[in-house]
Amino acid sequence: MSEAGVIHDIGYQRYQGPRLGRSAVLGAMYVHGLRAAYGLGRTAKSKIFPWGVAGIILLVAVINAGVRSQTGTWLFDYYAIDDRMSILAIFFAAVVAPELVSRDMRSGVLQLYFSRPLRAADYVMAKVAALVTAIWLLFGVPQFVMFLVGAFTTKTGMKGVWHELGQLIPGWGYSLLWALLFASISLLISSLTGKRAFAAGGIVALFLMTTPIVGVLNLLPSETAHHLSGLASPITLISGIEIWLRSNTQLGLDIGDTGPVYAIEAFCVIAACLLLLLARYRKVASL
Amino acid sequence: MTIIATQALTKTYGGGVTALADLTVEVDAGVIGLVGANGAGKSTFIKIMLGLIAPSSGGVRVFDIDPVAETDKVRARVGYMPENDCLPPDVSASEFVTHVGRLSGLPKTAARERASEALRHVGLYEERYRQIGGYSTGMKQRVKLAQALVHDPDLLLLDEPTNGLDPAGRDAMLTLVHRIGSEFGISVVVCSHLLGEVERICDSLIAIEGGRLLRADRISSMTAASDVLAVEVSEGTDELAAALRELGFQVTPEGRLLLVPLESDAGYDRILQAVAELDLPLHRLDQRRHRVAELFTTKETADV
Repeated sequence: MSEAGVIHDIGYQRYQGPRLGRSAVLGAMYVHGLRAAYGLGRTAKSKIFPWGVAGIILLVAVINAGVRSQTGTWLFDYYAIDDRMSILAIFFAAVVAPELVSRDMRSGVLQLYFSRPLRAADYVMAKVAALVTAIWLLFGVPQFVMFLVGAFTTKTGMKGVWHELGQLIPGWGYSLLWALLFASISLLISSLTGKRAFAAGGIVALFLMTTPIVGVLNLLPSETAHHLSGLASPITLISGIEIWLRSNTQLGLDIGDTGPVYAIEAFCVIAACLLLLLARYRKVASL
Repeated sequence: MTIIATQALTKTYGGGVTALADLTVEVDAGVIGLVGANGAGKSTFIKIMLGLIAPSSGGVRVFDIDPVAETDKVRARVGYMPENDCLPPDVSASEFVTHVGRLSGLPKTAARERASEALRHVGLYEERYRQIGGYSTGMKQRVKLAQALVHDPDLLLLDEPTNGLDPAGRDAMLTLVHRIGSEFGISVVVCSHLLGEVERICDSLIAIEGGRLLRADRISSMTAASDVLAVEVSEGTDELAAALRELGFQVTPEGRLLLVPLESDAGYDRILQAVAELDLPLHRLDQRRHRVAELFTTKETADV
């Protein structure tokens, strides 16, 4: 008969503590989205895919780094890892974006969210930021691993480390470009349906079905059509920007001097997707 | 203390559908029943109070704050339990309630504590670590109530909280709502199309029909003056009715019964005496407390 063993019903306690503002709410939403993207706080089943994809890309980066430490040259550099692995990122976005957005739509949880001090803009911002971060981490972490190996095996001391860093930072920026484009497009598609499978199919279709268009445009006799053919697909759109900024000619796309057009289109696509997403949730938020 | 006040509140949707028309009402703290048939405008009223939709004209104030202009201030003090399904299936109740608590601005640890408190109050203990998808309808309703309670609101808006529950679950939910109103010190608006269940737990009642206010009053004042004596005699019903009318009672025959409104206890004796004087075999004499439903049916027929 110990006193400690007795559970006292102390009744209902009013909450006297602090109530945080909208920025904290936005932060909570962002962290929740990022965790959900990698299946944290969810079932083991929902962890398999994101961690599988992350593991593969990381493994490739480690192998690449191993080759570099032995032979002194990369199999592929900080940019090429994004280009080579973009197909995995597409699948990642196709699975994770519906997870973040369609799930909320289907379960009806939005009416609980929007009856709290959370606005449509906050919701969209948090979800976009979460998916951009999730996709960016997919590339950013392997790139960082490559950097570490590169920096430790450099033969030119501090100068070599700075040189590596000078390549890593634009590489991260390049990954961010991928992440922004993939996240905004796939979130917009996912927000249109509550069915995850439909959303995932739609995203994969959009990214993969547009590639043949690029091929067809390249068959046309017009030189301009060849130069602008990359605009037709999100993947070649980003390749085009890389070609323009780095004068890299190994990507199999001839853009001529239309580089700025690629940059403008990328910016417009991202902006348009985000605005449409916002408009969509303005409507949803009024239930 | 007035918690909700509306002034000629009107809401017309795009297609010319009028959901609320010229609704003027003032509500005191306590448990408030909001009754009306499906499509009477209950949900629209709740959404306007939450600042989810703006009224077409007229005004509404919750805790003397305008939900259209200062939405966040109102929402911080109000908890909302929607009518339909609104829970994600693949997270645990504890995780989910914590998450929505944080969305209401609670810090991380406070949200966790309040979430398990709220779940305990609605009667979910160990089950709260299981995934919501595996819950029964009754448990899901409890989770929905807990998520409305988690940020310690001053007012709960419950849209059909007993929807889909079996009779035992209904009773449990109503008892819980009544406890929240009386013990927790939180005002509750309970939306329902079932007058019978609402009148049991409410202090006051707002009845709307077709977007118009039918009646708004305290339950006690609705039922107080409505005590009726039902008299049944084996024979001579008409004679008794005539005798009672002579004594100044308003007699309404209902089948074999005579319904006589009672103003005081003295009336009771006078009726008994009238029966005795006529030497009629008295079958039944009981005092009826009018159910709120009857008040509305008589009023509606009077309107027609």
